[in-house]
Amino acid sequence: MLLEKVEEISGENLYACYQCGRCTAGCPMTGEMDLMPNQIILAILRNDESVLDAKTPWVCAQCYQCGVRCPKNVDIAKIMEALREIKLRSNVNYIDLKKINKSYPQIAIVAAMRKFTG
Amino acid sequence: MEVAYYPGCTLKTHAKEFEKAALKAYRAIGIELKELDKWYCCGTVYSLAKDNIMYKVASVRNILNAQKEGFDCLIVLCSMCYNTLKQAQEFIKDESNLARIKAFMDEEEYKGIEILHGLELLKDKMEEIKKAVKKPLNRKYAAYYGCTLLRPKSVAIDSYEKPSIMERLIEALGGIAVEWPLKNECCGSYNIITNKEIVVERVRHIIENARQRGAEAIVTSCPLCYFNLKECQKDVKRIYPGFEEMPLYYYTELMNEAFNGKFDKGENNNGS
Repeated sequence: MLLEKVEEISGENLYACYQCGRCTAGCPMTGEMDLMPNQIILAILRNDESVLDAKTPWVCAQCYQCGVRCPKNVDIAKIMEALREIKLRSNVNYIDLKKINKSYPQIAIVAAMRKFTG
Repeated sequence: MEVAYYPGCTLKTHAKEFEKAALKAYRAIGIELKELDKWYCCGTVYSLAKDNIMYKVASVRNILNAQKEGFDCLIVLCSMCYNTLKQAQEFIKDESNLARIKAFMDEEEYKGIEILHGLELLKDKMEEIKKAVKKPLNRKYAAYYGCTLLRPKSVAIDSYEKPSIMERLIEALGGIAVEWPLKNECCGSYNIITNKEIVVERVRHIIENARQRGAEAIVTSCPLCYFNLKECQKDVKRIYPGFEEMPLYYYTELMNEAFNGKFDKGENNNGS
């Protein structure tokens, strides 16, 4: 089941979330997301596998704003990582390495490879 | 005072001016940054998958190596390297985690080492910094921390919601630090690779906010924030013709400017 898998990879207790929305309020990327961070948690709790096709985890830049503001100490960045990992571990890359602009700094390229390739 | 220093890949390539300025600026206040004899890429971003520790091996190896070279404190200048190494260090503080990761490497026992960002080293040096100033900056700056110096809480170099260490540095150098709400917001980070247009919008938002608060320039310690802000301002200008570019500086460049009374990179900051 999706929820168990996310809990195993993230180590987070998703049932701690009471949907206050502070993660979403603080997230700088919500304008680009199809599901808000609190909605992602709700969908996982419902074992709704369509969340694996959401754009949200792929625009999350792991800035941890959500986690530091969560009143229940849920580290949402870890949940986003779990969703990415589930996809990447099925041998699907999110980026085409051939299309990476090699003139960009290493920290950007290596970070993207770590987050977007399996 | 001599301290061990971990540069990371980007300070040796894209952000050479950051390193060059840092070695000079720290020397001016009596701190010699001694580069580690041996270091590798830290991994850039900390892996958050609990069940896969392989991504942490590179960071842990760097930490153990610094210890092997005889240091009990390691200084990191790149914000992303700092965050990754510091989180890895937090991870191996737990003995069971250390035992798990040691199964993949031969390195010696971990005794404990302090990892500090270059800015943390300046916290108690404000008097020395003030004394070294020859030409006060006399300009308005927005200190941009981004994410990796402040979050997660376990690695924060200052208050994670209202940091002030860079502002104190700016004031010590004779500049004026503006107060602005986006100083700890993400620039979009590695989205520059996959979704540049997201970063372009972030950059516009961040720069306009700094400008509204009266800033004439932005100061940072993160080579990726620096690159994203610099690179994407050109795109912002193309999309929003009225937009004016804002110069960017590494905090070490400001130190040199104030210490030496001159700045050789030029007003529009075109060096890379």
